[in-house]
Amino acid sequence: MSTELLQQIITMGAALMLLISFALLSQKRMLSLLHWFALQGIVLAAVTALVGYTSDNTELYVSAAITLLLKGMLLPWVLWKIIRQMHVHREVEPLVNMPVTMLIAAALVVFSYQVTLPIEHLSHLITRNTIAVAMANVLLGMLMMITRKKAITQVVGFLAIENSLFFAGVGATYGMPLVAELGVAFDVLIASVVFGLFFYQIRDTFESLDLNKMEK
Amino acid sequence: MSWFAVLLGVPLVAAVWLAVDAHPYRSARINIVAAAISLLASLELALQVLDAGRITVWNNWFFMDAFNVFLVALTAFVATTTAIFSGPYMRHEMDNGKIDAKRLRLYHAMSQLFVFGMFLGQTSNNLAIIWLSLEIATLATVLLVSLYRTPGSIAAAWKYLIICGVGISLALFGTAMLYFASSDVLGHGDAALTWTLLYDAADKLDPTVMSLAFVFLMVGYGTKVGLAPMHTWLPSAHAEGPTPVSAVLSGLLLNLALYSLVRCKMLVDVSTGSHLAGNLMMGFGLLSLLVAGFSLHKQQDIKRMFSFSSIEHMALMTFTFGIGTPVANFAAMLHMTTHSLVKSAIFFTVGHAAQSMGTQVMASIRGLINHQPGIGWGLLIGTCAIAGFPPFGVFTSEFLIFSAALQSYPWTVSVLLLGLLIAVAGLFRFVPDMAYGKAPEHAKLVHANMLPVYIHFSLALLLGISIPGFLSGWYHQAAALIAGGGL
Amino acid sequence: MTILLVNIAQILLMVLAAPMAAGIVKKMKARMQNRQGAGIFQPYRDLSKLFGKEMVLADHASWIFRAAPYIIFTSTVLAASVVPVIVVDSPFSWTADVIALAGFLAIGTFFTALAGMDIGTVFGGMGASREMTFAALAEPALLMSIFVLSVTAQSTNLSVMIHHILDAGILLKPSIAFALIAMLMVSIVENGRIPVDNPGTHLEVTMIHEAMLLEYSGRHLALIEWATQIKLVLFATLIFDLFFPWGISTAVATSALLIALGLWVFKLMLFFVLLVIMETALAKMRLFEVPQFLSTAFFLALLGMFMHYILEVGAQ
Repeated sequence: MSTELLQQIITMGAALMLLISFALLSQKRMLSLLHWFALQGIVLAAVTALVGYTSDNTELYVSAAITLLLKGMLLPWVLWKIIRQMHVHREVEPLVNMPVTMLIAAALVVFSYQVTLPIEHLSHLITRNTIAVAMANVLLGMLMMITRKKAITQVVGFLAIENSLFFAGVGATYGMPLVAELGVAFDVLIASVVFGLFFYQIRDTFESLDLNKMEK
Repeated sequence: MSWFAVLLGVPLVAAVWLAVDAHPYRSARINIVAAAISLLASLELALQVLDAGRITVWNNWFFMDAFNVFLVALTAFVATTTAIFSGPYMRHEMDNGKIDAKRLRLYHAMSQLFVFGMFLGQTSNNLAIIWLSLEIATLATVLLVSLYRTPGSIAAAWKYLIICGVGISLALFGTAMLYFASSDVLGHGDAALTWTLLYDAADKLDPTVMSLAFVFLMVGYGTKVGLAPMHTWLPSAHAEGPTPVSAVLSGLLLNLALYSLVRCKMLVDVSTGSHLAGNLMMGFGLLSLLVAGFSLHKQQDIKRMFSFSSIEHMALMTFTFGIGTPVANFAAMLHMTTHSLVKSAIFFTVGHAAQSMGTQVMASIRGLINHQPGIGWGLLIGTCAIAGFPPFGVFTSEFLIFSAALQSYPWTVSVLLLGLLIAVAGLFRFVPDMAYGKAPEHAKLVHANMLPVYIHFSLALLLGISIPGFLSGWYHQAAALIAGGGL
Repeated sequence: MTILLVNIAQILLMVLAAPMAAGIVKKMKARMQNRQGAGIFQPYRDLSKLFGKEMVLADHASWIFRAAPYIIFTSTVLAASVVPVIVVDSPFSWTADVIALAGFLAIGTFFTALAGMDIGTVFGGMGASREMTFAALAEPALLMSIFVLSVTAQSTNLSVMIHHILDAGILLKPSIAFALIAMLMVSIVENGRIPVDNPGTHLEVTMIHEAMLLEYSGRHLALIEWATQIKLVLFATLIFDLFFPWGISTAVATSALLIALGLWVFKLMLFFVLLVIMETALAKMRLFEVPQFLSTAFFLALLGMFMHYILEVGAQ
């Protein structure tokens, strides 16, 4: 298939991923946070499938299907169930106020761009410029984990980082080998189960999912 | 390669079995037997590697050379002694009502899963699988750290999960970047993540991408090694988990993380042809050494204190691998061995001490030698050994580290010396008070299983007095390999 | 010579048609809400009535209060003269700079706020303070979204930018999509439309723009109202120029000019329909949410800028 088309798809995907990362950072309500998170999974799955189609890489269909089911549907739904079941306060509570967070986020994007600049000049793969976006996404996910109080928001941040990594794999290299992709998917699944277990343990022990209560 | 199948298969089968089998005594025994079989298998494999150099298994998915087979043997050994130690220890915890039979089952299953993860990571030839195995080992130990379900242990496990989760994500990003560089050379597919192939083609990999990838791998795996400033998870995880878990965390898991880092460093060194990776490792190493040394003084909890000592020693190893000369690599591997032996033994002792005194707070632990001489002397000897007093092996390895540093980077010696002295002063600020004096009234006698402890100490002593010929040959081979000499 | 005439014509077109545009929006909105509504020429009648009326000035109104309407009207007309409507090139096209445009608009905003404060009434001051708060956020967002296009075209000159976009053909660039959304959001705030402000209300708690104009009457009020109407058409035209310039005439030929005119009217109608649907469907947001709305716009534009550098420049 045409590389032009592939480039368009990946560029659009990268733009959406970055937009979603910013949106995740700026959400104030849990429900909309989860909506954006689910959207991230869906965009990821769509990009993966399209890249698989245009580059004739059937392995990517498997990845896309897993991504869609796991990250686009299952995990957001489970998280929402947990929020409802545990009567978690439905506001996201940031530790740093929004404008500052957003400015830091913008700085991180510039930083990633600077760091990956030498690669972009060297490489001849057409998708190389997504590395900067992927790196920015990873850093934004970390920012989200650092600046949020609640355990659930931290987990969303963690999963968003996983998504960005996945995108890095798809966007920059047309997908890592299947064993790596499956390994990562498996890991996300298991990690989510462990996270789930912990929600209950934390709630039972501290009667809240607010992490400040954990730091005595 | 049937021995190899045994090595990987036994822990996995045992983990499944122990997940189902709830009988506490039988489980403890199965745990020991499974570990012992892996130990046998690992020794057999070690002999093969010693004869044949590098061997690859199962379509190049797994490989063993002098470097990793030595680690496999060390892992199997410490896992076995830990299993022996944990039998009576965990029974005591159960009798005291700290855990129930269900948790004990979880403990046994997760221990074996952890061991499986360790073997998988150390023998895998695929960088993605190495990453995955580290994650498996992490998740298994996360569940172990929170075993007591106390607020402290859950908070510690959560911190461990989150910080290491992020760290390891960064390592995955580094791996993806590495793949980005290697898929240009080796084409798309598994080959581009296969370490042996990568190593052969390392000079063709793009140096810029590899350097950037290494920064991520350094921070990612460095988090797992416990390097400052990403080390904050480590003390809490060590302090709040059951003692056998602290022992394997310090003695084994940190090694696997460092091993992965060194493997990546070998690739980056060849690719960039510069000392960039080494410099990064040396920088992180020195920083962590100082941070750990100073933090050690501020501790109140005995396990936290010794976990800072672990950070200190991991920092020392990272630094030494960073130097990268064959002497340095030899020293680092020797130090890895002696540290694993001594530190796990110390944790065994500390566990018993905490059980007999009913607390982990150092100010309340007094008169161990009077109360239960085995434990008291064990703690004292262990502290001397880890502090690097002759004739223990740590002295030898630290001596070698100093000579290696003196040879290549003389100015670092003063920093190293400062860090080590601070740490030693910290150890001896607390330990003698706990060993000598009069035991408090509420102290009770525990059924202490000190045999593994003394086995570890004697091995450390042996390594200090004279390194057996086959072992030093082994180290030499591995050291040359890591330094880029090839086979 | 003809091009000069066409240029003057397009400025006059914008200025003179603006009241009718406002009338059309009002009519559409009324229809949407199942009302009959006033005719589309009603704004002209309103304006002419206001022009004929005697002015009432507060006792302590200073010269600023009296001068402000003229300054506002002039700056708006000047801004309108910068924006190409039907023909791209003009003898003055070197003046068609986006930064100058933003400057003219800022002068208008500034004097509206000054006039609001000048009389010293509570509402005037309140409206002025709100207006300036929002303006401080809106201006950077507006400039940022225009700059996204500027860096693509490597010029801040509107004519050059339009030429660049026309040459590049249909663009599916993420940076431009982001800039467009940001631009639309800013336009809503700048024109005081729902959901940010309601041009049809005089409810004290919520009004922003109207609060500053409460003391005006007669000719002054007429000028300001007219300027407001021009501003709406101006923003719409600016968005067309920057994002959908297709159809705009590059040469002075009667047919091309007619097509350009027709397309401009068509695009304007489409824009108004969307505006009316939005104004009918959305509820006004709470006042303290507006800064957030604007910072979102700013960050969208900023993201567009990042996208441009990272994904689009990096790809070449």
